[in-house]
Amino acid sequence: MILNYALDFAFLCFGLGLAMNLYRVFRAPGVTDRILALDTMVINVLTLIVLYGMRTGSGVNFEAALLFAMTGFVSTVAYCKFVLRGDIIE
Amino acid sequence: MDQIFEYILAALLVIGGIFAIVGSFGLLKLPTMMQRLHAPTKATTLGVGSALIASMLYFWFYENKVSWHELMITLFLFLTAPITANFIAKAQLHRATDKSDLPPTGVGTEWATFDPEVSSVNPDLLHDRDPG
Repeated sequence: MILNYALDFAFLCFGLGLAMNLYRVFRAPGVTDRILALDTMVINVLTLIVLYGMRTGSGVNFEAALLFAMTGFVSTVAYCKFVLRGDIIE
Repeated sequence: MDQIFEYILAALLVIGGIFAIVGSFGLLKLPTMMQRLHAPTKATTLGVGSALIASMLYFWFYENKVSWHELMITLFLFLTAPITANFIAKAQLHRATDKSDLPPTGVGTEWATFDPEVSSVNPDLLHDRDPG
C-alpha cells in the first residue's frame, strides 16, 4: 500500500527532474551545459524505465535500461570529444 | 516482516527520488558551470542507485527471483559518472576558461587542453569562447 505511494512519488520526482533537464537543454549558457543536461536526461529516463518495470511487475525492460546506460555514456563521451578536439576518432 | 520490508523499499524509493530531483534542480540553479557539473554527477547518480537497488529488492522479495541487471546498471553508472564529469570539465576548461586564469600545474608540462602539440587539430575551436 505505502509502496504504491512511494512509487508514485518516485515517478513524480524523476519526471520533474526530466522536465528540468529538458528546459536546460533548450536554455543553456554554454554547450557543455547542454551535454550535461542530455547525460542527466539519459539517467532519469533509465530510472523511469526501471520504475515502470516495478509497477508492472515484469523484468523485460531491464535490458533496455542497460542499453540506455551504455549508449548514454558513449554518446556523452563522443560529444565531449567532439567539442574538445573537433573530431571524435583521430 | 512484510510490513518492515515494504517500509524499507518505500524509504529507498523516496530517498532516490529526492536525490534525483535535487540533482536536476541544482543543474538549473547553481551559478557557474563548474558548480552545476557537481549536481547531476553526484546527487542524481546516488538517487538512481537507490531506486535501482529498491527495484532489485522488490523482485527478490515479491517475485522470488534475483535479477542482477539492476546491480549491473548501478555499478556501470557509478563507474562511468566520474569519467563523464571529467570529460565535461575538460571541455569546459577548453571552451570557456582563459589560459591565464588557470593555476600552474606544478609539473613540467602545460594543462593538456592548452598544450600546443595536443591542441593542434583545430585552432579555431580555441577562439569561440562560451560565457561560462
